[in-house]
Amino acid sequence: MRLVITILLLLAITTAGARIIVTGKGQPVKTLKEAVALAKDGDTILLKNGIYKEGNILITRSVILLGESNTILDGDNKTELITISGRNITIKKIQFQNAGYSALNDFASIKVIDASNILLEQNTISNSYFAIHISNTSYCSIRNNKISGNPTSEQLTGNGIHLWKSSHALIENNYVSGHRDGIYFEFVTESTIRNNRSENNIRYGLHFMFSHSDHYINNTFKKNGAGVAVMYSKKVIMTGNHFEENWGPSAYGILLKEISDGTISNNTFLKNTVGIYMEGSSRMEIQKNAFKNNGWAMKVQASCDDNNIHHNNFNGNSFDIATNGTMMLNKFFNNYWDKYEGYDINKDGIGDVPYHPVSMYAMIVEQNPTTLILMRSFMVSILDKAEKAIPSLTPENLRDDKPMMKPNAL
Amino acid sequence: MLKLSRYVLYDILRSKVVLAYTLFLFIVSFSLFQLEENDSKAILSLLTIVLIVVPLISMIFTTIHYYNSYEFIELMLSQPLSRTRILLSEYAGVALSLLSAFFIGIGIPVLFFAFDGTGLALLFTGGALTLVFISIAFLASVKARDKARGIGAALLLWFYFALIYDGLVLLILFAFSDYPMEKFTLLLSALNPIDLGRIFIMLKMDISALMGYTGALYKDFFGSGTGVFFTLGIMLLWITLPLLWAIRVFKRKDL
Repeated sequence: MRLVITILLLLAITTAGARIIVTGKGQPVKTLKEAVALAKDGDTILLKNGIYKEGNILITRSVILLGESNTILDGDNKTELITISGRNITIKKIQFQNAGYSALNDFASIKVIDASNILLEQNTISNSYFAIHISNTSYCSIRNNKISGNPTSEQLTGNGIHLWKSSHALIENNYVSGHRDGIYFEFVTESTIRNNRSENNIRYGLHFMFSHSDHYINNTFKKNGAGVAVMYSKKVIMTGNHFEENWGPSAYGILLKEISDGTISNNTFLKNTVGIYMEGSSRMEIQKNAFKNNGWAMKVQASCDDNNIHHNNFNGNSFDIATNGTMMLNKFFNNYWDKYEGYDINKDGIGDVPYHPVSMYAMIVEQNPTTLILMRSFMVSILDKAEKAIPSLTPENLRDDKPMMKPNAL
Repeated sequence: MLKLSRYVLYDILRSKVVLAYTLFLFIVSFSLFQLEENDSKAILSLLTIVLIVVPLISMIFTTIHYYNSYEFIELMLSQPLSRTRILLSEYAGVALSLLSAFFIGIGIPVLFFAFDGTGLALLFTGGALTLVFISIAFLASVKARDKARGIGAALLLWFYFALIYDGLVLLILFAFSDYPMEKFTLLLSALNPIDLGRIFIMLKMDISALMGYTGALYKDFFGSGTGVFFTLGIMLLWITLPLLWAIRVFKRKDL
């Protein structure tokens, strides 16, 4: 009991001791630099409207940096703007612009390094190299930020939200566009990416490497140069995301490389060149996704094993599944295929003949991409029909033994 | 010439074949849109009809019509009329009847159920292919000496354009797969009106797949303004060149 009282008292003291340092033109404290030097743990710095060009600011104490409706930090394309290294620090409602570019340093608008319990909220970041760069940090929340860049080439722009070697991060309701990778994760564990929108980035909307046990939920990735890449990670859960219009010779809704024990469910893949591209993936549960109007709904390479692909709906895709070999160690069942031509005599809603989702022509195109010009020709449909009758080229055991007659309820 | 075309048109309408063709197209496309749960699948089936059935019917109908009205043509030749005008009137009559059959039979259902880029591309391709294959059929029937040969030649030409040509393209692409063939395939596609029409529709329908691999090249070319003009121009050439050739042969023919 005494301990509780002590804690409460301490809390009261710290709260009472917290000051608000009002900073800006015509205020007692003129510059942000002074304010940061003055601030003690628990203080709030209220930055009044105006443009601040003060170079790099380092924040190490537990402060709240709060902007007004039009508080702008400008880097004149030379420096990093804010560097954070400490605990319990909040940056809120500030507009960052023109952070510098450097080939040697990863300059960012907000850089967080060796920190914990950081909250970055409602900031607007435009025209910077890296926008938010976080490394070796735990428990950081990045919410409701709007990030946009003016990309010129892949080398000259950094990532929108970049996390390296962090854990327990929450990235929520952000909008990222015009960067190299919208959201970049490397060695980030037990984190959540939720309700974000990442579009028109040069490379990936979301780039994920060596990041285990993460969730990404209800995000939208649209028109990114190469879609979303998830590599070398375990136990990643992806639910309710939208992958749209990722077009190009190597653009994928999701690129899965060396992924295992994850779940991909209830996502929508719309109009991508390739919906899901899988390489060296194991024990993935891919269920209840909608694949609509993609070039290839899925490309499952022969290096994948023990994946379960079930209860998905495939509608209006140019090719349902493509693969690069005859080996197939994955299970397909209870999917709905709009190209299925079987029947259901006992009326249990499951087709009585297996469906082979890899067409002869898909194999031909895989070997010789130029033959794409013959798509939908009479010749090709005859080839496909012949292959269905006497299979020779397509993998015999890549089939759905229980195809659904009606689309699955997702 | 108009008067002559009108006689041809009356003659065609009296035979009821065109009416049956219209009805067939209409029922097929209408029921496709009714049966399939999504319209894009119906469009896919219609694509087969436009690329295979429409050229076939156009060719067969034109050849049979030519031989059936052979006596009428002979009668007209005894009048002070130029041979070019007579053949052109025949062409106009047949083209008008088959085009209206196509646009009523497939055009109306498409406008009702799938009025978008893909639908319009389908209608354009169907119309152009009708005209192209009427031209080719005229050439075949003017060149051939008797009815059996004429219809045989027409059928063979249809078979070549619809099936054999694509097989040859596939063969060439595999034989030379070590070389960059993208530009060459563009040229190959121009040499077959059915392929050209198919690619034109595909760019609307399978855009996502076409963006992969070399597909991006096709998209850049056919999807751009120049590509559309290229398609239009080549189609126009396919309509006019066989017709001009047919007129040339017809003029010098000893009837």
